[in-house]
Amino acid sequence: MDNVVLIGIASIVMGGLTIAVGSIAPALGEGRALAQALSAIAQQPDEANTITRTLFVGMALVESTAIYCFVITLILLFANPFWAYVIAAAEG
Amino acid sequence: MDPAASLTPDLIPIHLGPFTVSATVFFTWLIMLWLVLGAWWITRKLSAATHLRRGQNLLEVLVLGICRQIEEISGQPAEPFLPFIGTLFIFIAASNLLTIFPGYQPPTGSLSTTVALAICVFFAVPIFGIKRQGFRGYISSYLQPNPIMLPFNIIGELSRTISLSVRLFGNVMSSTMIVGILLSIVPLFAPVVMRAFGLLTGLIQAYIFAILAMVAIAAATEAQNSSVKANLSTEKSATTHLTQ
Repeated sequence: MDNVVLIGIASIVMGGLTIAVGSIAPALGEGRALAQALSAIAQQPDEANTITRTLFVGMALVESTAIYCFVITLILLFANPFWAYVIAAAEG
Repeated sequence: MDPAASLTPDLIPIHLGPFTVSATVFFTWLIMLWLVLGAWWITRKLSAATHLRRGQNLLEVLVLGICRQIEEISGQPAEPFLPFIGTLFIFIAASNLLTIFPGYQPPTGSLSTTVALAICVFFAVPIFGIKRQGFRGYISSYLQPNPIMLPFNIIGELSRTISLSVRLFGNVMSSTMIVGILLSIVPLFAPVVMRAFGLLTGLIQAYIFAILAMVAIAAATEAQNSSVKANLSTEKSATTHLTQ
């Protein structure tokens, strides 16, 4: 196998793995945050506005780790710098 | 649609007579023009009477809402921060919400735009901090809680810039991308649902960008600590009151 095929295989496999593994932890974290927020709203319905606002901000913060993984996956699949380097090197 | 082209609107050329600009720049100009002209047109005739025109009512609700959020987060008067934070929020929200128009490419889906916005926040934090605390006071906040933390405080400043920009870019770009992928799989109805979901995400991301910028600036202007402590103590007393 030449370098182009190797880099292609590695990029595709790692792209899948990155988004798969990278979405597990934020999903668990967001589930926990949502459960805590729901029980907090059940205890203090008057504070629902504050809790919901903080929940949204916190969830977006947690979710951003999954978004980072998504961006890395897209870079690997569509804008792979190593792929471009090998192609450029092969062309001379 | 080529998926790599939906990765960034930088790659989409738009021809304006003899000039060719990227879609990012073109739609940024369009939004700037729209916001400035709209604000000028609405504030042209303001009235203090009880009967307001619709535009004035809309802007008053918007500005007062932003003011209230800033005061709640920072525990300080909103006036010094309102122009900067409000501009960030309105620009990002406008550029994300206009995706309901066909043919529009959100400029926030380009990493160049979001990095530019995050760099504005990066420079605004020390400017507000120095204005409030003086140069020595602001610099010494990097040595808190002790001088060993200096490199970590500096890394924190840089990583906040990166995370702000990549978060906004990733969210907006991913919603564009998902619609592009769905169009090639189930072109009938599913893209509309994801577009609507993209509107929600876009508004929340605009809110979060402004909130995080405000939190960073509030931390630099230092009144933050006392207000957070006050909030915590009131919450604690409220919970104890409830459990009793």
